Amino acid sequence: MKLRAVLLNLGVAVIALIVLFPLAWMVSVSFMSTGEASTFPPPLLPRTFTLEHYRDLFVTQGMGRYMWNSLALATLATILALLFTVPAGYAFAKLAFRGRDRVFQILVGALVVPAQIGTLPLFLMLKSMGLVNTYAGALVPWLASIFGLFLVRQYALSIPDEMLEAARMDGASEGQIFRRIVLPALQPIIVTLALFVFLGSWNDFLWPLIVLTDQSNYTLPVALAALSREHVQDVEMMMAGAVITVAPVLILFLALQRYYIRGMLAGSVKG
Amino acid sequence: MSVGITRRERAAWGFVAPALIAIAVFFAVPVFAALLLSLTDFDIYALADIGNVRFVGLQNYERLFGNPLFWGAMRNTGLFALLGVPLSIAASLAAAVILNARVVKWRALWRVMFFAPFVTTLVATAVLWNYLLHTKYGVINWAITSVGLPAVDWLGQPSTSIPAILMFVVWKTFGYNMLIFLAVLQTVPDDLYEAARIDGAGVWKQFRHVTLPAIAPTLLLVSIISVASFFQLFAEPYVMTQGGPAQSTVTVLYFMYEEGFKWWNLGSASAVAFVLFLCILAITLVQLAVAKRMGAYE
Repeated sequence: MKLRAVLLNLGVAVIALIVLFPLAWMVSVSFMSTGEASTFPPPLLPRTFTLEHYRDLFVTQGMGRYMWNSLALATLATILALLFTVPAGYAFAKLAFRGRDRVFQILVGALVVPAQIGTLPLFLMLKSMGLVNTYAGALVPWLASIFGLFLVRQYALSIPDEMLEAARMDGASEGQIFRRIVLPALQPIIVTLALFVFLGSWNDFLWPLIVLTDQSNYTLPVALAALSREHVQDVEMMMAGAVITVAPVLILFLALQRYYIRGMLAGSVKG
Repeated sequence: MSVGITRRERAAWGFVAPALIAIAVFFAVPVFAALLLSLTDFDIYALADIGNVRFVGLQNYERLFGNPLFWGAMRNTGLFALLGVPLSIAASLAAAVILNARVVKWRALWRVMFFAPFVTTLVATAVLWNYLLHTKYGVINWAITSVGLPAVDWLGQPSTSIPAILMFVVWKTFGYNMLIFLAVLQTVPDDLYEAARIDGAGVWKQFRHVTLPAIAPTLLLVSIISVASFFQLFAEPYVMTQGGPAQSTVTVLYFMYEEGFKWWNLGSASAVAFVLFLCILAITLVQLAVAKRMGAYE
């Protein structure tokens, strides 16, 4: 029994090493001086600690601009997604309206359709509207999240009907009920959804790659992919770029992981 | 009273309409338009002047099925899924079972750590793994050569490019399934293990006769999600290999991207998107059917 405990703890330690080593090493290499990482055996820690690659990225590679684009787009996507999905999710859970169940069934069915199918027509559509290479074009897919709608609905089902009825008796309008009762009750799932959208938008690659054609509009992942094609040899600089891209989402996740994990489990229970 | 109901119903429509309109305009319409688009010869000339578009029926599909590059992409994607799904499920299930053991300390902390790669930016970690997989200076080859094996040109030759990318994908994604497995494992009552132990069942027998039946529905769900996600690999080959070497990592979605946004054959690219969708749908239905069969035997 003792042996088993030791083995299991050892197993966890080995997994942790495999999982975290690449990330730790990425950070370490980003502080190495140029060319240091291209030696054998690979050095674990920088011989001399330098910030030159970070400076290089921001001063000569325009990383500040890409970071701003990523930040602005992820923030706007989050706000818009909340505005669109939270009221709808609540209504699907708690307000009766004709056709509700049928509409909901159609939405469930639509979940099996990968969004990539519509990518090409969506691009043409936005092109005809003059929205290619704009923030608006990049934001469009984030408005319509069926998954987010389900997430909110699932959570809103637990709001007691008596509470809503009592407010109606007191003469509150539906809008007032939503603002004063529903929003506070939904707060945890709103944080969860916000986190999902922010991370999703920050990490997204295919759509910004397609829709943001001008380099000055690139998001961090798109810029990093372009940079990695030109600077294959500059390992240290690429690692610094990877750190800049990964660090914000990783920190955000670690700070709010409780909400994230709860939402993931809520989302996965529905098949 | 009836006045109140209509007022409430009107409010309800006010709440759902923006979301439904957004879903209709930016999701449903494009998906249906993709089907129409795949029946036209929409290309770079049509992009300049829409009058150049012609309806070509199933020609895009015919040409696609006669294109060895497309079949290569199908084969590669199939290989990714065939190898990747069992590999990633095995990795996440193993991690979940280990992490679920009472004797493991700081379980909540490990759980978050193991999950962390999943939220990292795909492009950034792909760049990182390019370096880890470097033939001369990569840490993976350093580990291999230090035990006396020859260095491997991971991303430089067709026979190892898919396994190399799979290593990365499993590292990045196993935390997601692990979390789901962990949640289910926690619902398995301790009495069941207790009873099995009393009957003299070892660790492996407990796993087979208690754990596995308990998580079977979750296993199905996870395998369906995994298949769909392995069929949608794109950024990995885009960043790590650009589809090479010798087209060995061109996936269906990568093929669609090049067809559409490199060569501007949007009609043909839409046909690729639809074939991809039908493949995912077909495999999901087969998985469901198999699960039903197996469920009937229980």
